[in-house]
Amino acid sequence: MSQGHNHEPPVTDELVAEHGLTPDEYDMIVEHMGREPNFTELGVFSVMWSEHCSYKSSRKWLKKLPVDGPQVIQGPGENAGVIDIGDGDAAIFKMESHNHPSFIEPYQGAATGVGGIMRDVFTMGARPVANLNALRFGAPEHHKTPHLVAGVVSGIGGYGNCIGVPTVGGEVNFDASYNGNILVNAMCVGLARTDKIFYAAATGVGSPVVYVGSKTGRDGIHGATMASAEFDDASDEKRPTVQVGDPFTEKLLLEACQELMASDAIIGIQDMGAAGLTSSSVEMADKGNVGIRLNLDKVPCRETHMTGYEMLLSESQERMLMVLKPGREDEAAEIFHRWGLDFAVVGELTDTNRMIVEHEGRLIADMPLRPLADGAPEYDRPFVATPKHAPLDLTADAHAQDLATSLMNLMGSSEMASRRWIWEQYDSMVMGDTLAGPGGDAALVRVHGTNKALAVTTDVTPRYCLADPAMGGQQAVAEAYRNISATGATPLAITNCLNFGNPERPEIMGQFVGCLDGMGAACRALDFPVVSGNVSLYNETNGRGIMPTPAIGGVGVLADLDKAVGNAFRHSDLNIYIVGETAGHLGCSLYARNVLALDALGPPPPVNLEHERHHGEFVRGVIGDGLAACVHDVSDGGLLCALAEMALPHKIGCTVDIEGDHAFWFGEDQGRYLVGIAPDTFESFETAAAQAGVVITRLGITGGAELTISHTMTISLEEMAQIHENWFPDLMNTTL
Amino acid sequence: MRAAVIVFPGSNCDRDVAVCLEAAGTKPDMVWHGETSLPACDLIVLPGGFSYGDYLRCGSMAANSPVMREVVARAHAGTAVLGICNGFQVLTECGLLPGVLMRNRDLNFVCRNTRLNVTRTDTPFTHLYEADEEIIIPVAHNEGNYFADDDTLVRLQGENQIVFTYASGDNPNGASLDIAGITDPTGRVLGMMPHPERRAEKALGGADGRRMFDGVMEMLS
Repeated sequence: MSQGHNHEPPVTDELVAEHGLTPDEYDMIVEHMGREPNFTELGVFSVMWSEHCSYKSSRKWLKKLPVDGPQVIQGPGENAGVIDIGDGDAAIFKMESHNHPSFIEPYQGAATGVGGIMRDVFTMGARPVANLNALRFGAPEHHKTPHLVAGVVSGIGGYGNCIGVPTVGGEVNFDASYNGNILVNAMCVGLARTDKIFYAAATGVGSPVVYVGSKTGRDGIHGATMASAEFDDASDEKRPTVQVGDPFTEKLLLEACQELMASDAIIGIQDMGAAGLTSSSVEMADKGNVGIRLNLDKVPCRETHMTGYEMLLSESQERMLMVLKPGREDEAAEIFHRWGLDFAVVGELTDTNRMIVEHEGRLIADMPLRPLADGAPEYDRPFVATPKHAPLDLTADAHAQDLATSLMNLMGSSEMASRRWIWEQYDSMVMGDTLAGPGGDAALVRVHGTNKALAVTTDVTPRYCLADPAMGGQQAVAEAYRNISATGATPLAITNCLNFGNPERPEIMGQFVGCLDGMGAACRALDFPVVSGNVSLYNETNGRGIMPTPAIGGVGVLADLDKAVGNAFRHSDLNIYIVGETAGHLGCSLYARNVLALDALGPPPPVNLEHERHHGEFVRGVIGDGLAACVHDVSDGGLLCALAEMALPHKIGCTVDIEGDHAFWFGEDQGRYLVGIAPDTFESFETAAAQAGVVITRLGITGGAELTISHTMTISLEEMAQIHENWFPDLMNTTL
Repeated sequence: MRAAVIVFPGSNCDRDVAVCLEAAGTKPDMVWHGETSLPACDLIVLPGGFSYGDYLRCGSMAANSPVMREVVARAHAGTAVLGICNGFQVLTECGLLPGVLMRNRDLNFVCRNTRLNVTRTDTPFTHLYEADEEIIIPVAHNEGNYFADDDTLVRLQGENQIVFTYASGDNPNGASLDIAGITDPTGRVLGMMPHPERRAEKALGGADGRRMFDGVMEMLS
């Protein structure tokens, strides 16, 4: 075997820079290699050391997050996190970004984001049972926004609907800071038995390395590197680096993997996601502390004359790498062939701790594994803490609109308007276990064949994070905790997707550090550890960064689904109570931003983690005891918007008989819930609150088709529904 | 009653409908599309999903898969056939039912509850419903816009082959005559876009779909 690389370009300083590596990083590579890398080796190092794969700017801070708990079976570091949900069942979940590709090609970018996160989950032996997403778009009036919304929504639906996994929830915000960098964060939750979980680690020298799924093409080459750089005006030219998805193949891959997983033939399995064959083989071999030898001649290709460099770096979708027990190849091949998928033994494990790659009779790469997997420098990037904001100046409030006008303004705003236009394009019901789909606080998905359910939600309030990263980070976790508690379920663990600007700017790094600090504090206080996650940096265009957006995906479990409550008024004569104290904090509120149109929004509402936990436990207890008819968490838009959201679904209104100012009605104080209590249980409820030492305030009673505040306002729900429902179709220039 | 559910590559409501059949009292045989024979059965279900990834045209490749020859033969011999969503598309593609399912009026996938009128109650599938009863059953499709030429539509009306229509103002896809489901002239082959299996128990928000499975069970046993 010769070691010629005659057709490959020489490695120059320019080529190194084009691969996104700094001169210092290149010197480290040379040191690890003991020589200069060739072109292919440079490509492999560049993707493994990209921000996207190596977390080099974020690792130092990620280590500070709490990742343990009695419920945790597998924390960060695997394809997805795994938690114990009792009775031998496990929930496996993760959230991941596909921001950069979705901006360049919204349909395929979003679709492959969904496909990728589902593979992360079913790689571990789980059957995906719920998809969620967290989306951020530019200003509604920005000329690209409707096009991006339409493309992303149909991409998410196109993939999830076809594969047959319900999309049950999510969140959407619009803000000018996302004009050049939309955020598409996809979350998938799957179910497995705790004794049938599959990991990436490859062990057993001589074991066959097997490639399954789709063929490899030239799509997505350097996707991971693209996701690790800022955009500029020429970013549309990066379209060829966006992968193309085929959900049909993924459905077949899912079924074939599930079938093989029912046997004991698999030693390790890993999705070929970012950085494709390179990262999957490096990670599997490194985790198993072995070496790997690959023969690229065996890789199924869909294009001719692909170079080794292209095969190693392709991000073609719907592919998996697995290590089988020796001798089980035929049995596995039969399954994949029956499902019409490629199956090829492309290599074997060795004891060298090196990655050896051969192609067309030549040795094209020979690299030490540990530096590839783990040797990227860890940067302690300089940061400056975000300055605290002065309290809000509310002299303008004297000229505010009346309550009714303010409420209508908010309910028809981009932040509060109904997302029906989006969620009706997602199949939210397939698999027959969706107990509560989009539009609630957390979605509820039954664990198939049992009487328990998963509660799942995605949350973050970027404007809070911008004003005070630490408080915003706390609030995001607290809101996920509240949304799950509001269904009656017990919050168990989170995944996160940390979207920020360029970490090389100290103020952006300050946002990152602050948000993680707050997130960690909240996770610890609420016993709500982080089990998986993803970091997306460089969400900047021409030097302008996005709002810090650390999206949280929360998962909880409801032991008895018959106890579940919704967030809507379903009956008249329910007594409505606020759980938690209302101070009237208007800083960073939607009211301050949208109604008062203030430039300086002041500080976000403080989070009292002790109260969050206490109120969450109280609400879950009340639901478990059958005392509550409906529960809704209070967040964006404060009490009055929360009341409107409870009244709109079934057009059952309410009459409120206490008085308050705008700060009372629209303040976004944390740790609060609205609950509806039937006439025969309100005494027990009040007693329970007194015993628990939880502050409750009776607001009024449900009934009628209006939202009425005595002596102040009456709004027809029909009229409000018009404004609330029409905003999205109007934006998208269509009718419902 | 014995039932068979055909599983095409890309079917994704096969399990859901099997769950409903089992709840109604019969555990169906799951039959892979590559089979050339069917077990003895009184009901064949073509489930929802994206058979063959909807490539070429929804249902067209499934209509030409090996098992469909046997399905068509059984239908002609009188076995009841239920095609739901993609299954309805397959039934039109294989010629057991007339017309075609085009892309939705708004060109978007739509998943939501729809109000349906049961316009015919003398079929094995609908005899437990009241005549003209309004029921709620969800849809989830991108190509549910039923279309047929005028002669066919007149014939469907004249022969009483329209079984479900979307209630007034609730047509989610632009279907001609608000058609949600039709039968063949015998009343034993039903194709419908809405998913009765998704609303067959109270925990899922309602059980209007349950009576279809109970009804089939009762009449074909």
